[in-house]
Amino acid sequence: MSDQKTLYINNKEIEIGDERNLLELIRQKANIDIPTFCYHSDLSVYGACRMCVVDIEGQGVQTSCSTEPQDGMQVKTHTKEIREIRQMALELILANHDKSCPTCEKSEDCKLRQLSAQLGLEESRFPDELNDDELDMSSESLVRDPNKCVLCGDCVRYCSEIQGVGAIDFAYRGDNAKVIPAFGHDLGDVECVNCGQCAAVCPTGAIHPKHETQDVWEIVDDDDQFVVTQIAPAVRVAIGEMFGQEPGEISTGKLVSALKMIGFDQVYDTSFAADLTVVEEANEFLERKEAGEDLPLFTSCCPSWVKYAEQFHPEILDNLSSCKSPQQMFGSLSKKVLAQKLDTTPENIKVVSIMPCTAKKFEAKRDEFQDANGIKEVDHVLTTQEIGKMFKEIGLKFENLAPESFDLPFGFATGGGVIFGNTGGVSEAVLRYATKKTTDQELQNIEVEEVRGEEGLREAEIELADENLKLAVVHGLKNAGKVAERVKNGETNYDLVEVMACPGGCVAGAGQPINFQNGKVKKRKEGLYKVDKTKGMQNSYDNPFIEKSYDEIGDIGGEIAHEMLHTKYQDRKRIVDNGFNIFGNEEAPIEMKVCVGTSCYVQGSQKILHDVINYLDRYDLKDRIDIEATFCMEKCGDSPNIVLDGTVISEADSDKVLKTLKDRID
Amino acid sequence: MNNTMNTLQDIKQNFKQGLDNYGRRIIVCAGTGCVSSGSLDIHKKLQKKIEENGYEVDLKLRKEGVETDSEVEENDNVILSKSGCQGFCQMGPLVEIQPEGYLYTRVEVDDVDKIIERTIKNDEPVEELLFTSRADGEKYKGRDEIPFYELQSRSVLKKCGSIDPEDIREYISLNGYEAAEQAYTKMSPKEVCEVVEEANLRGRGGGGFPAGVKWNLTRKEEGDKKYVICNGDEGDPGAFMDRSVLEGTPHSVIEGMMIAARAIGADEGYIYVRMEYPLAVKRVRKAVEDAREMGLLGENIFGTEHSFDINIMEGAGAFVCGEETALMNSVEGKRGMPEPKPPYPAQQGLFGKPTNINNVETLATVPMIIEQGAEKYKEIGTEDSPGTKTFALTGHVVNTGLIEVPLGTTLREIIFDIGGGVTDAKGNIDNDNFKAVQIGGPSGGCLTRKHLDIPVDFDSLIEAGAMVGSGGLVVMNQDTCMIQVAKFFMKFTQEESCGKCVLCREGTKQMLNLLNKITEGKADQNTLTKLEKLGQAVKKGSLCGLGKTAPNPVLSTMDLFEEEYRAHVEDNTCPVNECDALSVPEIDPEECKGCTICAKECPVDAIEGEPQEVHRIIAEDCINCGTCIEACKFNAIS
Repeated sequence: MSDQKTLYINNKEIEIGDERNLLELIRQKANIDIPTFCYHSDLSVYGACRMCVVDIEGQGVQTSCSTEPQDGMQVKTHTKEIREIRQMALELILANHDKSCPTCEKSEDCKLRQLSAQLGLEESRFPDELNDDELDMSSESLVRDPNKCVLCGDCVRYCSEIQGVGAIDFAYRGDNAKVIPAFGHDLGDVECVNCGQCAAVCPTGAIHPKHETQDVWEIVDDDDQFVVTQIAPAVRVAIGEMFGQEPGEISTGKLVSALKMIGFDQVYDTSFAADLTVVEEANEFLERKEAGEDLPLFTSCCPSWVKYAEQFHPEILDNLSSCKSPQQMFGSLSKKVLAQKLDTTPENIKVVSIMPCTAKKFEAKRDEFQDANGIKEVDHVLTTQEIGKMFKEIGLKFENLAPESFDLPFGFATGGGVIFGNTGGVSEAVLRYATKKTTDQELQNIEVEEVRGEEGLREAEIELADENLKLAVVHGLKNAGKVAERVKNGETNYDLVEVMACPGGCVAGAGQPINFQNGKVKKRKEGLYKVDKTKGMQNSYDNPFIEKSYDEIGDIGGEIAHEMLHTKYQDRKRIVDNGFNIFGNEEAPIEMKVCVGTSCYVQGSQKILHDVINYLDRYDLKDRIDIEATFCMEKCGDSPNIVLDGTVISEADSDKVLKTLKDRID
Repeated sequence: MNNTMNTLQDIKQNFKQGLDNYGRRIIVCAGTGCVSSGSLDIHKKLQKKIEENGYEVDLKLRKEGVETDSEVEENDNVILSKSGCQGFCQMGPLVEIQPEGYLYTRVEVDDVDKIIERTIKNDEPVEELLFTSRADGEKYKGRDEIPFYELQSRSVLKKCGSIDPEDIREYISLNGYEAAEQAYTKMSPKEVCEVVEEANLRGRGGGGFPAGVKWNLTRKEEGDKKYVICNGDEGDPGAFMDRSVLEGTPHSVIEGMMIAARAIGADEGYIYVRMEYPLAVKRVRKAVEDAREMGLLGENIFGTEHSFDINIMEGAGAFVCGEETALMNSVEGKRGMPEPKPPYPAQQGLFGKPTNINNVETLATVPMIIEQGAEKYKEIGTEDSPGTKTFALTGHVVNTGLIEVPLGTTLREIIFDIGGGVTDAKGNIDNDNFKAVQIGGPSGGCLTRKHLDIPVDFDSLIEAGAMVGSGGLVVMNQDTCMIQVAKFFMKFTQEESCGKCVLCREGTKQMLNLLNKITEGKADQNTLTKLEKLGQAVKKGSLCGLGKTAPNPVLSTMDLFEEEYRAHVEDNTCPVNECDALSVPEIDPEECKGCTICAKECPVDAIEGEPQEVHRIIAEDCINCGTCIEACKFNAIS
């Protein structure tokens, strides 16, 4: 009698391991790829699409995603009833779907189209019931098309559970249910950080990256424009997937060749700019470390992280590295240098960056990255998918191309610049530089360990000279938010924190080719580390072309460097921190803030304010207190909220507040 | 509450003795139905006029205990109270007079003077306000005689309609909270579960799942934080049983929750009431406050180490929030969408903790079971469905209202005896006019003449293809189009679908489309096949109870009224002329002069009749062109 638990799938006995649910068990061990729309292994179980239903003896029709495998279960995956339910569900979705498949950008990768074909659907018995919704083109990075939404909720759950942003959610009921930002606002107007993971998990074309392909064709076709392009590290290990290759295969040489064929005048490497970023950022870091100020240093090359910090943690903006991202440093440098070299003006130089990322589209259009005449550092951003499609458009047989090398000088990069595409890469590159600079020795392998119980957070300790540097590497914005909170509360002693919005780093960016294969991110990562090892140099410190660039720029971190390569951030907190001063002055020993936002107001905060004022009047204590009425303290569930000398009193009433006040005065 | 035993007994005694200090008690029904017919105005005027006539009126019992002043004429003291739903809603506003037990029906504000003059002052009944049976013209004095009441078995509703729901003392005076005391001080949690399990109390919200089993499962879960939830969302259109219990005897529910909390080991509970029941919300809030004030809720209940308190949560208008997982999401502040089960609430419920959710009526029954014991409770009802069930009896029936009968009572008894019979289009009693009864609301099915003698209990109805559901009973006469009925319920479920799962969200929409096609004469045989297949898929594949039961009205009517569907689809007619698009014009026999013009004008010869005699339109041949309507000079055709 073994302890091994087993169950029966289609009458075959199968061992139960540690699979989270019946669906995963069937897929892994029973040779059946159960169809799903709404299931995603990184997200909570939702159970809405009904495609994964199976028949369990004694329980009837159940969704396999939400069922725990149990000893002795008898499961059938394709009874007549099950097949009919799946077919019906698909037909119903199709009846509600904008079926412009031939012209839909997702048609090759669309799960709905694939499943319809897979299930052998020959017709939809139902007439169209379409809601005619407008496209939302307000965001710089993403486009929403509600007519193609199948309401699987993956985007909602990703944005909320992994990124902790929650910019989109379900609204309305039944037939009218849709996924929209709060109060029907446009995506570009709300807290969306443009990470695009919603588009990456969307099974249809309901959310997808915004295209700049036509714009790029236009400038490439224009002989009067000098168009250069920079390729991000993560692109080279993923582009091949669109042409039948495995994730992680290094296609750098082919990529350069293809881009030249498209018509770019020069093809450069973002990794070069990444080396530049390493130099500036490492020096910034060492300066802060010596002064003991503004630590930890948070990296700033991820535009989603930057917007997230600006919106939700503006208190740590001083901790963010003032360095621009490699994309922007490249744009800034190349426009100046190339204009000089070609004896023309920056208007005639166009920079197109090819990125694995949708947020880079937003970043390129930030006000901080345009000059007074409106000339942008980076004119257009294409995702890996977009450039791959351009190659397909011209019929290019990518896989057969002979490799070519990057142009100089901006095409020469060290391994340090390349690993930027992996989570942990930026920190490692910066530390390689810092180590060489302070000790004149190469950084030994650093052991970055996962922090138990903390999702997506890894820590390491490095000895630099006689200092112990504490490093944190975090990916996924929800996790990053937690670290930011701890930093704000003084609970950490990190020196350097690297943040990537996309779990896995840029290799897993939303602009990368659509690929539902397990383990693709790992393979892409390994590809980048391989590139790193095969590079002649691993340390940005050693890049001769970087050294040369400083001939133009002047000192590292100097005036010109600051102007070209550094930036400032905006406080984007939605809720204003300034309140109305009722009376009192800053010198008063006691400070009280009363929230009069809607929830607190409805629960009686104004009455508390009046009672307190009356009390102070009666006992002539007005000069002891500085009272302010503020707006939302974001503790609406515990309203009303009062802050007395920094301590928050929630669920307050006049008695409680007056008592505490009296104690404080005495 | 210190020394609870004495205190509860003290209150009981004081109140009971206090009642003797009053010569008369007038109970005005203040359930929502009677209130909307003006019972509060009646109450006000009664108060004013009684005082004017020199009596002392208390709106609540004020003279507790034994009055030492025996010179006070007891007859000059009147209690004028408001009760919850008295049940005979068809005959409201209702006013009951104690001690005689007169039940005055269809009372109007202008009747108040009569009541004062004849009953209060002269101890005589106001004959014209007593209930008169439509069947035989007989007058009945009050609840102990009126057949509507006599034939029922009002036990859960016993207190509802006679006590003042806003006076906790009255509830206590009728042994209220003694069962809770027993559970906390004399029984172990396991024992409490055992009694309820032994009594086989089945969930009254529609599921029929044995409450005791559910309690035991929750009890066994490990964890020091558990919740009890009372599901008062009652979304079925036309159902008002839970509403009446919450309005009329809220303390029964609170006591039931306390006992449930004791059974499973919970220290916190929620009563989820739909906000469309403002009176129920008000009464239950007051009841909780009163119970708290008396120390029955809060810390150290009955002097033990246990605590229990109740939060009131108002629903925001979604039928789907009556589904337990959607309800819990709603309480947590999230969108009210259901979750796949398992895990069940007993394992992972509110805020992830083990939770026990029960229906209002189920909880209101619990104190009675603890008080009388499982064996006594099982004496009523059937073996597998013991006890009673409340029903909201509505539709084409003489006596509409809130009834309670032992499970196992037949439909015939309910409709024809208690209900007083079926009414026709003009409101006359015509028992042959019975077509069907819809039971269980939008989740339920229909029963027809052939089911009249089936015992109404959980299992018999499921066998018959229907379900007890929450207890809504809508009686329908022959003038009802069953497809319109199916459409009505489908429209409802379509609007209430949360939108999460594709089968319910899109499936109900498409089903409604198909039903519309049928009622508009645009259907063909394919329509019916599609409807059936779609219904089956939605029923089997939906995520939650709403979707799973939404097709029931359609599938049930398709099964029982196949001929009616066929007539719509193949003959393009609606046999009862309710579907406008398919209605055949009718010749009014009183207006027709037999001039034959319509017959001559009819392009398909669908009108027959002799000159000077009333003509007749042949429905099967009529193509609905409307020519005859225009041609008739006497406006005899519509």
